[in-house]
Amino acid sequence: MDLSYFFELFLGGMTRGSIYALIALGYTMVYGIIKLINFAHGEIYMIGAFTALIISSVLGFTGMNSILILVISGVLAIFFSSAYGVTMEKIAYKPLREAPRLSALISAIGMSMFLQNYVLLAQTPDFLPFPTLIPDFKFLKPIEKILNSTQLVILVTTAVVMILLTILIKFTRTGKAMRATSQDAKMAQLLGININRVITITFIIGSATAAIGGVLISSHTGQLNYYIGFIAGIKAFVAAVLGGIGSIPGAVLGSFVLGWTESFGTGYISSDYEDVFAFIFLLVILIFRPSGILGRSQNDKV
Amino acid sequence: MKKIITLIMVLLVGAGFAFANGSSESGPIKIGVAGPQSGDLASYGIPTAKAAQIVVDEVNAAGGVLGRQIELVVEDDVCKPEVATNTASKLVGEGVVGVIGHICSGATKAAMGTYNESKIPAISPSATNPALTQSGDYPNFFRTIASDDAQARTEVDFVLDTLGLTKIAVLHDKGDYGKGLAEFAKKFLEADSRAEVVLFEGITPGAVDYSAVINKIKSSGAQAVIFGGYHPEASKIVGQMKKRKMDVVFVSDDGVKDDTFIKVAGEYAEGVYASGPKDTAGNPLAKKYEKAHQDKFGEAPGPFYQNAVSATLALINAIKVAESTDYDAVTNALRTSLVDTPLGKIKFDDRGDAIGVGFAMYQVQNGVYVELK
Repeated sequence: MDLSYFFELFLGGMTRGSIYALIALGYTMVYGIIKLINFAHGEIYMIGAFTALIISSVLGFTGMNSILILVISGVLAIFFSSAYGVTMEKIAYKPLREAPRLSALISAIGMSMFLQNYVLLAQTPDFLPFPTLIPDFKFLKPIEKILNSTQLVILVTTAVVMILLTILIKFTRTGKAMRATSQDAKMAQLLGININRVITITFIIGSATAAIGGVLISSHTGQLNYYIGFIAGIKAFVAAVLGGIGSIPGAVLGSFVLGWTESFGTGYISSDYEDVFAFIFLLVILIFRPSGILGRSQNDKV
Repeated sequence: MKKIITLIMVLLVGAGFAFANGSSESGPIKIGVAGPQSGDLASYGIPTAKAAQIVVDEVNAAGGVLGRQIELVVEDDVCKPEVATNTASKLVGEGVVGVIGHICSGATKAAMGTYNESKIPAISPSATNPALTQSGDYPNFFRTIASDDAQARTEVDFVLDTLGLTKIAVLHDKGDYGKGLAEFAKKFLEADSRAEVVLFEGITPGAVDYSAVINKIKSSGAQAVIFGGYHPEASKIVGQMKKRKMDVVFVSDDGVKDDTFIKVAGEYAEGVYASGPKDTAGNPLAKKYEKAHQDKFGEAPGPFYQNAVSATLALINAIKVAESTDYDAVTNALRTSLVDTPLGKIKFDDRGDAIGVGFAMYQVQNGVYVELK
């Protein structure tokens, strides 16, 4: 097992981690603002991928440049997913905002099932091919055995999204409002922050990053069906918990750690136990840091 | 007085036997059909009974065999081993000279002992358990379907003999079907001195990507991957291997020999090998019996229909060739005399597997699976 093998696994794990991170952001942000685990978030990722598939199939007939198709279908996927995310919040979570947290959680699970079956009925239960939209970059030729262009695009896009998100949260008024709501929603409201607007924006951002993840991973694996959101969603949720749910840097770190654990576990031990490694790691972290790697410990009574 | 009555009864019973014996020499030849006719799995057994009926009607209309008509005795075993022994005893009591069945492997194993004691051959159209022919415990057993391990055998032989590759990675999806197949493939590869299993791994179905496993395949130096599982995972692995510009041959199974695989994997599917049942659609006899079923029952035949037609044809042919219903003569004829069936020209090997029935290799060429001859 040489060094280049190590790097392949490292980059593979990082690619996987990037996808988890894009989905985990939605979980952790929503949790940070309204203390809800949005189990339907994986479905938003799936809807983003489906939208991109439909748009790119249509645009494919025009003979457009594939990068352009990717960008257009990506943007429209973000738009659609955000619309779904916001609508979902209005229908399934807003009426339950004052209800016990368990009610909202069950509402989220119901939403997840609804969206899965909605796509199953409206589209198809079969696997569909996703077009290869990311071309082979020439400059990657010397290292294509280690890193291919799809992986590069995933890594770069994730990094850009993370930087933009950090700027948004740290340096804008909206970001300030979000941070304030997250710390104490009631107090923020008293100080004139429109909580509903903040929650809507949170859902838009979370859905948008999930949609980006959906488009990227579908271009990577070349296929999708109505069920892809479930497994990816669970893994991203684990990543968010691992990093400390509610914390944005924590979600990113947790996702990379999870991606690497799976990748190295598979590469050096056996892929039979891929999920086992992921969950053992989660257990170990939670034993020593119950609120996750970067999570703040809370003393609230639950 | 009592003694006289006893004597009369003994005589009557004796006469009954004599009559029974007489009938088996000159009356109709009885052939048993055993399998589920009721219960959950009836849909697997009824097509066989219909197949036997169609063939027997045809033979009888043409004058029967050895100048005698054939009579079918259909018995239900509900696919349960504990019922199957009774079913077998009943058929033996009826004086059948051969049995078409049973359908399920478990029921077949339970019934074979009873038939063996009475020297009756049984031909199953559907029991695929490898031990039935490979253990040597069932000398009177024959089948017109390939055993479970035959598919792995076909793939391994293809990789080693036809492609001439020796370093093989065996992957599976951890499911019953995929893992079972992969384990057989591994066993056959390890038994062959030419081959080296460089990797044996289970992958997680539905995972986001398989790049780590693919890196592992690459670093193992495998020339070919034998994959046991279904098409969603196969298309992901194939696509990602091709994107990594890996020149590794991909060989898979029936679960991948599906048009959905080609649709989803698209251009990456090109050149992939998969094993699947031999294509019988072009066989004129298969067409003829399909039409006969349609005419008689007004619907398309159910599962194992063509295998059951073949089994019945083989048994009747063996009786004809042997010119008797004697066990040794009939089984010898089953093993030596080729018979034309919907599955092609078949005879049985020493263990009871039909030679020439089984799996063929297919390759994706220009977007369709093509059988490799």
